[in-house]
Amino acid sequence: MIKPDRIVTTTCPYCGVGCMLNLHIKDDVIYRVTSPFDAPANHGNLCVKGRFGYDFVHAKDRLTQPLMRKDGALVSAGWDEAMEYVASRLLEIRDKYGPDSIGFLVSAKCTNEENYLLQKVARGLIGTNNVDHCARL
Amino acid sequence: MTNSIADIHLADVLLVTGSNTTEAHPVISLEMKKAVRKRGAKLILIDPREIELANFAALHLRPRSGTDVALLNTMAHVILAEGLEDKEFIAARTENFEAFKEAVRDCTPQWGEDVTGVPADMIVEAAQVYGRARSAAIFWAMGITQSSHGVDNVQALANLALLTGNFGRPGTGVNPLRGQNNVQGACDMGGLPNVITGYQAVSDENVRVKFENAWQTKVKIPPKPGLTVTEMVNGVLDGRIKALYIMGENPLLSDPNTNHVREALEQIEFLAVQDIFLNETAQMAHVVLPGVSFAEKEGTFTNTERRVQLVRPALPIRGEARRDLDIICDLGQRLSGVSADDSTDVVHPVTNWNYAGASAVWNEIAALTPTMAGISHERLVPHGLQWPCPAPDHPGTPILHKEKFTRGLGRFTPLTFREPAEIPDAEYPFVLNTGRILQHWHGGTLSRRSEGLDWIVPEGEIQINEADGARLGISTGDWIRVKSRRGEATGKARLTSKLPRGMVFMTFHFAEVPANALTNDAVDPVAKIPEYKVSAVKVERA
Repeated sequence: MIKPDRIVTTTCPYCGVGCMLNLHIKDDVIYRVTSPFDAPANHGNLCVKGRFGYDFVHAKDRLTQPLMRKDGALVSAGWDEAMEYVASRLLEIRDKYGPDSIGFLVSAKCTNEENYLLQKVARGLIGTNNVDHCARL
Repeated sequence: MTNSIADIHLADVLLVTGSNTTEAHPVISLEMKKAVRKRGAKLILIDPREIELANFAALHLRPRSGTDVALLNTMAHVILAEGLEDKEFIAARTENFEAFKEAVRDCTPQWGEDVTGVPADMIVEAAQVYGRARSAAIFWAMGITQSSHGVDNVQALANLALLTGNFGRPGTGVNPLRGQNNVQGACDMGGLPNVITGYQAVSDENVRVKFENAWQTKVKIPPKPGLTVTEMVNGVLDGRIKALYIMGENPLLSDPNTNHVREALEQIEFLAVQDIFLNETAQMAHVVLPGVSFAEKEGTFTNTERRVQLVRPALPIRGEARRDLDIICDLGQRLSGVSADDSTDVVHPVTNWNYAGASAVWNEIAALTPTMAGISHERLVPHGLQWPCPAPDHPGTPILHKEKFTRGLGRFTPLTFREPAEIPDAEYPFVLNTGRILQHWHGGTLSRRSEGLDWIVPEGEIQINEADGARLGISTGDWIRVKSRRGEATGKARLTSKLPRGMVFMTFHFAEVPANALTNDAVDPVAKIPEYKVSAVKVERA
């Protein structure tokens, strides 16, 4: 039997039940997923996605570099170049058309902290309430 | 949810509607099945499809799609006619009862049968079972809300719970089952156009001033609510929206009427996408910023019972991808003109966008959000906390509305039944219903990359009733084309007895069988939620 390098307790990324997971990691691969029996939402139960649906984490087509559209195609770019372009385009568009010409979609898959900060960017730095996500979808 | 998952086994009656719980919230369905099989709870299932929970239901009501308000109003009528209402609760804790009573006066069982197609005596029995329960809990999901009158549907359910005093006690309540892992949290965090964290309204000047001062903003937070997703897409087409920043969403697959979304993204001036995959939406972006998955980051998710739980990093970051929090902070620094020198100063993370991790961000949230003021990452070990949790020594709140409702008295809403926005006609004779299956997830970005899941269900099928299939000369496995007024999708047919006649069912997990090319972007006037569950379509051999 494989011995894990570590077991990390976390929360399932699929549905809203919020099952607690133990990710068993060997050589930086999630090779097994269990759940503690004292987990408040799921008492150790998991569905087929929660137990087996993690290949996406290790998928070969995960994005690992920023991309920018040049001559119509998306090509690799550096972080500084990409971030500077995003910030300058947002500021240009705000100055030209006003803050409400920009919209932000936050994410039901991202963490509370990330969602909080992105809506803070929208409301506190751009000055728009155009913030929403797929809650309705 | 007003109540908790652990409450399910305390209910005498479970009313489940618009939720295929075994497929979409499988672990909660286990609790429901246990409640029925081990504790003898009675399950009232309201769903046009013969879903798996039907095997556990004492009563399975199969209304015509979109007639929820008529059915629920009829149940209220019966409860009142038979004197099963909780008079004490109504007198002490509710208002507007007389207007509600008047609104359901004519919703007789016969009227209910005529509108919904559910036999009158079955509606009566369901009302009696729900009305007589000591504790009855209502559960729903998108089958209730994704409707052009979704708010009415939810209010009709709340009316039933108010009428019978099923609030504020163990095993009761109105319990929406939230879809995504952190859809509850994204709403709680102000990821909505009308509220900031903890549902503090942007229309409230005190709220705006509080956040402007705390964030030391140079701009004013507008008092007017912003645009919803669907409105932003329309905004691009009519020129009001010039730029979109999209984090971890794929509207090109998940929004209704996707041809319309594509048209919008083709003409937008600037589109930035932050994601872990080059999904359909990211492919149209001007800039794509690689974030990380749940396994490579720290933070919190909030589940459907309002429980804030920890997410811990388990794996190193791949390539040059960056933690999403770091990407947003970088953007924040550039937009606010904080210099690199300032940004190394962690003493002022609020304005310098330089936080010592997710826990520090959470502390800022807690300081600005009364309902979460008592929550910190440290306190989330081992079992999380359910908000409201107003103080560091508060144990969290498993059951809402115990002594009083948030607004004081619970208000009955008189409702009139309205038909869905698009009903079948001679040209488009079928109702298209959409939903999830157990083995896949939403737009398929995650689950279709998971070999085992994709092996179990490798392709999207289009389900139709077997009698309809026979009439059209279609067999299981035949290629068929489904067309609506907005688009078409082609896939393999699966004939089934589980659907009512006249219904087509598709999932939205498969980009190559795109259900949302067909769905209607008609929305509820208040919640702006699209009517995914009822679109008129026609079916033909491909």
